[in-house]
Amino acid sequence: MLQAFVLLLGFQLAGEVLVRVLHVGIPGPVVGMTLLAIGCIASVRLRKMCEAAATVLLGNLSLLFLPAAVGVVQFLPLLQKQGLAIGAAILGSTVLAIAVTALVFRFVVHHMKLEDRE
Amino acid sequence: MSQDVVRLWVYLSASPLLWLFATLAAYVLADVISKRTGRHPLANPILVAMIPLAALLWFTKTPYTTYFEGAQFVHFMLGPATVAIAVPLAAEFKRMRRLAVPILLALVAGSLTAIVSAVGIAWLLGAPHVVLASLAPKSVTTPIAMGIAALVGGLPSLTATMVVVTGILTGIIALPLTRLLRVHDHAAHGFASGLAGHGIGTARAFHDSQVAGTFAGLALALNGLLTAVLVPLVMKLVP
Repeated sequence: MLQAFVLLLGFQLAGEVLVRVLHVGIPGPVVGMTLLAIGCIASVRLRKMCEAAATVLLGNLSLLFLPAAVGVVQFLPLLQKQGLAIGAAILGSTVLAIAVTALVFRFVVHHMKLEDRE
Repeated sequence: MSQDVVRLWVYLSASPLLWLFATLAAYVLADVISKRTGRHPLANPILVAMIPLAALLWFTKTPYTTYFEGAQFVHFMLGPATVAIAVPLAAEFKRMRRLAVPILLALVAGSLTAIVSAVGIAWLLGAPHVVLASLAPKSVTTPIAMGIAALVGGLPSLTATMVVVTGILTGIIALPLTRLLRVHDHAAHGFASGLAGHGIGTARAFHDSQVAGTFAGLALALNGLLTAVLVPLVMKLVP
């Protein structure tokens, strides 16, 4: 477990260093995730080593967003000025984005006959 | 007696312990409620836990910075948790390679829809340019979204708020909406959740299934990159 956690932090650190050295506008953890994904595809052993910590962290991912969500409550008055436009844009756009993504995904899967046979 | 209580409060409210405890306790309670309702979308654990916490801060007049000194230990874990998405990603690699074409087409269609519809609706309702620029990257993970907003003339703090609201909304509506559209495929539903609702949508998708969560994580990463390319182009078209 501890070993797995050290590996995750190590890959995050590598991501943060790369982002700063190469001056790219991508967050360090996203680069760390990409590096670890490549590593885990290449080596099943590495994947098994990280599994325990990954399962715990991803099973409680909602918890990790809680401090930021509480912070947003303090900033909600910021949305007041253009409240109607912002509210309608977020609601409409979220519904459309989910619907279009899911429907295009399913349509292409169906059209190319890629359905799971499991 | 009452002076002792005041002294105790002054000590506790300034220590990270109290707010770390409050954050974890609120979440544990919200998670129990979420499980008892069979993971009902409306019983979203983030939404259920943030309300009593925000109310507690408001009643005790505790500044967010004081709260964050305790909550930062939880917040910090977002970094390694993002890295950890690589593990199920690698485990599902075969399925992803097989689904590469639907993944890419749904990514481009969904990403464009998320940006253009948000900017379009707000523009129709007469929102000023700074609001449109802040809204454009609202579907991607906070650090990327704030960077994009700053680049196209938006307010990063406004964007951060919109990003969280979008994520919580996605967590609530993604499952009922995809069921309404008769999309029962976990990969498609998860991919849509992560694309529209970044990490918060991904967290919800992991409650639905491992496959949904993994595809949400993939969408979160891919849409973060594509949105960074598309938003400056879309904002050029805005009068």
